[in-house]
Amino acid sequence: MKDQNKVTFSRRSFIRTSALASGGLLIGFNFLTACEETAKPPVDISKLNFNEFNAFIEIADNGYVTIYSPNPEIGQGVKTSMPMIIAEELDVPWEHVSVKQGDLDTKNFQRQVAGGSQSIRFGWDALRQTGATAKQMLINAAAAKWAVDASTCKAADGIITNANGDTLGYGDVVNEAAGLEVPEDVSLKSPQDYKIIGKDAINVDMEKIITGQPLFGLDYTSEGMFYVSVARPPAFGQKISSFDATATKAVNGVSEVVQFGDKIAVLASSTWAAMKGKKVLQIEWTSDGNLENTSDHNDELNKILDRKNLDVRREDGNVEKAFAEADKIIERTYESPFLPHNCMEPMNFYANITEEKVHLVGPIQTPAGTARRIANLINRNEEDIHLEMTRMGGGFGRRLYGDFALEAAEISNLTKKPVKVVFSREDDMAAGIYRPAIKYRIKASLKDGKVTAYHLKEAAINSNMYGLIPHFFPAGAIENYKVESGNYRSNITTGAWRAPYTNFLAFAEQSFFDELANELNVDAVQLRLDLLSNVEDGKDPNIQYSAKRMIDTIKLAAEKGKWGKTNANTYQGFAAYYSHNTHVAEVVDITLNNGQPKIEKVTVAVDCGIVVNPTGAKNQIEGGVIDGIGHAMYGDFSFEEGKPNDVNFNTYRLIRMRETPIVETHFVENELSPTGLGEPGLPPAGGALANAIRNATGQILTKQPFIKELNTRKTDLTI
Amino acid sequence: MSSFNLKVNGNKVSVTADDDTPLLWVLRDELNLVGTKYGCGIGQCGACTVHVDGVAMRSCSIPASRLTDSDITTIEGLASDKLSPVQEAWKELDVPQCGYCQAGQIMTATSFLKQNPSPDNEEIRSAMHGNLCRCASYNRIEKAVALAAKKMS
Ligand code: FES
Ligand code: FES
Repeated sequence: MKDQNKVTFSRRSFIRTSALASGGLLIGFNFLTACEETAKPPVDISKLNFNEFNAFIEIADNGYVTIYSPNPEIGQGVKTSMPMIIAEELDVPWEHVSVKQGDLDTKNFQRQVAGGSQSIRFGWDALRQTGATAKQMLINAAAAKWAVDASTCKAADGIITNANGDTLGYGDVVNEAAGLEVPEDVSLKSPQDYKIIGKDAINVDMEKIITGQPLFGLDYTSEGMFYVSVARPPAFGQKISSFDATATKAVNGVSEVVQFGDKIAVLASSTWAAMKGKKVLQIEWTSDGNLENTSDHNDELNKILDRKNLDVRREDGNVEKAFAEADKIIERTYESPFLPHNCMEPMNFYANITEEKVHLVGPIQTPAGTARRIANLINRNEEDIHLEMTRMGGGFGRRLYGDFALEAAEISNLTKKPVKVVFSREDDMAAGIYRPAIKYRIKASLKDGKVTAYHLKEAAINSNMYGLIPHFFPAGAIENYKVESGNYRSNITTGAWRAPYTNFLAFAEQSFFDELANELNVDAVQLRLDLLSNVEDGKDPNIQYSAKRMIDTIKLAAEKGKWGKTNANTYQGFAAYYSHNTHVAEVVDITLNNGQPKIEKVTVAVDCGIVVNPTGAKNQIEGGVIDGIGHAMYGDFSFEEGKPNDVNFNTYRLIRMRETPIVETHFVENELSPTGLGEPGLPPAGGALANAIRNATGQILTKQPFIKELNTRKTDLTI
Repeated sequence: MSSFNLKVNGNKVSVTADDDTPLLWVLRDELNLVGTKYGCGIGQCGACTVHVDGVAMRSCSIPASRLTDSDITTIEGLASDKLSPVQEAWKELDVPQCGYCQAGQIMTATSFLKQNPSPDNEEIRSAMHGNLCRCASYNRIEKAVALAAKKMS
């Protein structure tokens, strides 16, 4: 296991201070060095210049603290949890802290990304160092005022105390502190002394959310702004051949209709007028005949699975030999459809491009990359760009892609007007960057009561599992092991969707383990523990899950979830999965209602290191688990002639209140560096549910969504 | 386009809009009351829920021009000088994740609790079933409605 505490910083290079004009201390620092999804440890922090700082702490002369958080907030809670870490080391009462979303500064847009559940993981060291450094400067200033040695002074709760018992508030010394050198060596608190970390802190935007104040991109307006509805090709593979905007221009409020590429923008004085105008556009679409169907994808993916040689991602031992010598071979193919993200707030973005500047406002998970792409697109300097980030009404990966922001920029550039592009739900679902349809085929051999080989093939649309995923469990636990992948190139756009690849891979593997347990006649939880006992932590640098942490997590879930100890009408399913540096195990309890599963409860054990904000952490797990169950049960999305079959919630089914289980979350207690929680709760949920359904009905589910499988087999369900 | 008067959060306002314009867009684009959210436009998600004469309605599916005689309350009008019990419950239980659906959830819960001040869990689940939360904060919504009922009794 990698120890993330052992990161060295040069504080001089990543913290700078100055006096505030209004009185007080301003501390600039680089909030993060590596929030990119392809996470690198924050070692290059020393190479950054002052002007690359993207976060600031203001300590006013009344001792109140404002933290400008640069990281985009998509609902994962970092706008609350990251400032908590600073406040902890700075040692101020949480009630004296306010948090503001920082803008994307044109010079500083390297590192602001929300994705991959990495914000907390990489922020941890930098944030603690910054808070502790600021605290030390305040102590140094107070010591100078008292003419005593700083080492005889202490600070807590915003107050500095010397050996005589004299006290000064942070506010009393901020102006002096602003003129001091940044200290090199500061000590960090030990976790037992935490006062803020580990305590519940409610969402910092709470009041605004529950009273309906403007917060989101869709809420943003500016003087003279035009609302824009965009007509895009209804099917992937289509292009515009001609259009007639006569009827559109006759709609009250519509002011302009412009074509850009294969899209048409309708500008209007209200969202409604823009949407109405778009509906009556007469457009002729053409295609070169390349309109794809889900049934074709099915065939193509099967062909890939049948191929002998795919791209080998990890190989241990010799699977072929083990299969040849096996007592028994088990093979199963799993399949999942495309999925749209369906953020509750549809995609939208504001752009106002003038000679002087480029003003962009909206919800985006990748402000830096998007600003750069826009600069290229409209041929402007990055320095001209000012991008303001709004709170995001969900992300799930969709807002990593700046397509909607680029549209807004292009339209504003063409029309020379301030515009806000607003996707209707139909636009949002039909112009998606979907979770790709994927199939897995897993084959395992059993010999003398042991799993001797494991061979997994992945066939996916457009791209394959990335990074260290091929080295996730059971890599390292089975002697002969092979993962290979291949893909089929489609013109349907695909991308990251909450817990990319593992959101489905975990279901396939965790269901498969239950079949193995069944064959071997061992308890499903025991099988996982047995396999984990083969793994030696730290031996293989590619294997980043910890067998020890996983075993502890599994045991906690089994204990709290009363594994194997429920009443006769309750059926259980188990799954455990490591992703995004966090270990998670889940026990699902279901009952049967006319042969249909009713999901009662999910007991979750999580090892995410130190839990910074328990209420926020639990919220993420509850959401991730229910999201995982919802999409495994109901998520279905298919294409005919390049066109999606569903474009709104009347036919596309999302999980709703009556279908949700109660989620109970338990954390493994330790003092290890915190890891992310936005995604890891999701992957095990589908597998645990499938295993519970199998235990209840004997039905082995291999295809998502389960509801479709269960309905087609309805007559077979007997209990 | 026609001009008509509406009563929103106790205030008389005059609006100029096409007769078919849904209340949602009048609130958001004309009156700058953006707390009421757009999620689907077809009455399926509940993000746009407001009260019309005290009853929860989907503002995306009613033309504003038909509501000239009604009292309309939006999320902005729910708290007077202090938060309503439902809002208090939401805060206490730290319900929101992204927060986008929550105005609609709170409006649905508020009108439901008026009709059924002491609901059991099944009744809460049924009452809230029509409001989608993509972040799946359902467990906390369920608990918050129960807590709000307790606060009001
Ligand atoms: S926007 Fe009205 S119900 Fe979805
Ligand atoms: S909190 Fe995000 S949709 Fe409900």
